[in-house]
Amino acid sequence: MYRYDDFDQRFVDERVAQYRDQVRRRLAGQLSEDEFRPLRLMNGLYLQLHAYMLRIAIPYGMLSSAKLRKLAQIARRYDRGYGHFTTRQNLQLHWIKLEDTPDILAELAGVEMHAIQTSGNSFRNTTTDPFAGAAAEEIEDPRPYAELIRQWSTLHPEFSFLPRKFKIAISASAEDRAAVKMHDLGLYLRRNDKGEIGFEVLVGGGLGRTPLLAQTIKPFLPRRDLFAYLEAVLRVYNRYGRRDNLYKSRIKILVQSLGAAKFAEEVEAEWRASAQEAPSLPDNYVDEIATAFAVPAHDQSPVDEAAIQRAIARDPAFARWMKHNIAPHKIPAYSIVTISLKAVGGTPGDCSADQMELVASLADELSFGEIRVTYEQNLVLAHVRRDRLYALWQRLDQAGLGASNIGLASDIICCPGMDYCGLATARSIPIAQRLAQHLAAREDEIGRFDIKISGCINACGHHHLGHIGILGVDKNGEEVYQITLGGDAGEKASIGAIIGPAVKNAEVTEAVDRLVVVYLEQRQDGERFPDTYRRIGAAPFKAALYAPR
Amino acid sequence: MLLADDGALRNDNWRHLEDSEAIPDSNPVTVSFARWEQESEALRARNGRLGLRLPSDAPVEAIAPALDRLELIVLSFPKFTDGRAYSQARLLRGRYGYKGELRATGEVLRDQLLFMRRCGFDSFTVGQRAIDEDWPKAFADFDTFYQAAADGRDPVMRQRLSRPR
Repeated sequence: MYRYDDFDQRFVDERVAQYRDQVRRRLAGQLSEDEFRPLRLMNGLYLQLHAYMLRIAIPYGMLSSAKLRKLAQIARRYDRGYGHFTTRQNLQLHWIKLEDTPDILAELAGVEMHAIQTSGNSFRNTTTDPFAGAAAEEIEDPRPYAELIRQWSTLHPEFSFLPRKFKIAISASAEDRAAVKMHDLGLYLRRNDKGEIGFEVLVGGGLGRTPLLAQTIKPFLPRRDLFAYLEAVLRVYNRYGRRDNLYKSRIKILVQSLGAAKFAEEVEAEWRASAQEAPSLPDNYVDEIATAFAVPAHDQSPVDEAAIQRAIARDPAFARWMKHNIAPHKIPAYSIVTISLKAVGGTPGDCSADQMELVASLADELSFGEIRVTYEQNLVLAHVRRDRLYALWQRLDQAGLGASNIGLASDIICCPGMDYCGLATARSIPIAQRLAQHLAAREDEIGRFDIKISGCINACGHHHLGHIGILGVDKNGEEVYQITLGGDAGEKASIGAIIGPAVKNAEVTEAVDRLVVVYLEQRQDGERFPDTYRRIGAAPFKAALYAPR
Repeated sequence: MLLADDGALRNDNWRHLEDSEAIPDSNPVTVSFARWEQESEALRARNGRLGLRLPSDAPVEAIAPALDRLELIVLSFPKFTDGRAYSQARLLRGRYGYKGELRATGEVLRDQLLFMRRCGFDSFTVGQRAIDEDWPKAFADFDTFYQAAADGRDPVMRQRLSRPR
């Protein structure tokens, strides 16, 4: 994976020194809280319900074992011994002291990490496919581009005070595992008919109170023009995006009000006009960065598949894990393993320091020392020899990491909600826990099923994209939950529709159960929930949900 | 008080005219964008040094033809979170080749100075805090930059590519 060179290292060291001085000035009373807030936010530090929360950047979800071990140490030393992986592929620590933060950032810099721009009205962590570099059907590894975007978007002098935050995702496979269309700016890696690499550029996606999917404004952007074109998009947004209303300031509102075609024209004009001064991305530079992502040679010797089949036959729990948590690797002797952080009854995305250290060790032994974080809040070991899978599963299972539910009903995306977050209007974690407990027994029968829960309209839990989405809101002092149906992430993305009146906290499990029953009765030929929903419409679901008990 | 991009502090010797004030013929003055739009011919014909104050929502394209006549452009940060003037500065320096003084005014804070200088600002309207808190040091907070900008500093990419291998 990518390693810092002396430039990157000097940069994060400079950043830590700058931040240490900012905290010193704050504690000395030279900076007011109003002046300090944007500075700490640019370093990922939020003030939440009970304490400071530090959001640590995990660029495009990639971790080395050394980085994961450091996160475990920090969680133990400065927090309560666990961390929370987020839908932006980052890690949050929820019980942090302000005066510790310069030291934490210094420790992070020591393992080539930082918390830069995990908040604030600028570029956020660029996300990508957690199977990148290992997926069977990939055009090219997207991570070098994600790393180049990370560098370009870090303390950008022109775009650090945008109207609102700005999120970028990039995907390079036929299957979009990065939810590209919900981003302010999305990139699909493409190869044109001359065999050249470029990007399909989409803009204007986002969730929150105005959920919209990104639309294509450039079907094929040549690779060398990536940053010239991105600068044109950002310049149009920085100049013309709304700044008078927090809820209308994302780029999606500008794209919506101009129309995607007109927005594309504006960008095209800006791009052409700045051809002289804009940065170009040379091929040899891409190659240099890409080299860093190569893994050591895979062991291609044949695997004893019969032995794997015997283990599957002997051990039904292992068989389930093999069925749900394993994806094909581009090399047949290997598999991509997803480690579920969704133990039934647990907090989605939470991981203890001990578990982090175990995963780091397993990565060293079995997966070239690298780990990925998924936006679904799970972890991935992307290069595991198939003859090591059984041993791997046994060790995960002993550590409480053996849940076999990837993509199933208990693999719920969930924000921290009112248990932690100052913005939340309702709790979300207890809802996820009860739903998982209720549905786990039947989830093999239900099959692929996305439940997504947000504790407020900001939609960190991506509820609009859930097959069933649940949004907690406060109604006259009572927590109630709005239910949306038919959402879908990925290349067939769609925004779910609200089915009807919100239900009470205590009724959510029953409500989802009734919806699941309709789906199981109505689905044809292994249809996924959104397809059944589109085919039969909302009426049967509505009738079941609101029928008297 | 003004802070220059080399860290020096100096007094402002420009007069910033209200729209109701008469325009003196020789002293250095700045006028508002609204006045410029009304009286640009008379202003351009005048002998004295001329500057222009541009609000953050003004189109810099509109003043491009007159840039050779302007010696000072004052861009505004009504709030430090309003980042439009960064793009105005980049356009003025990059696309339109403006060579005169480019000044930041409004909510100019220590921790934004370096961004501003990188976008082409070379003077900053500041208060007493700039002395008390040693603001000139902020220009040295970073020596490593990932983007090409208006200050001509080599970004990391160029330095990497020119490294002997």
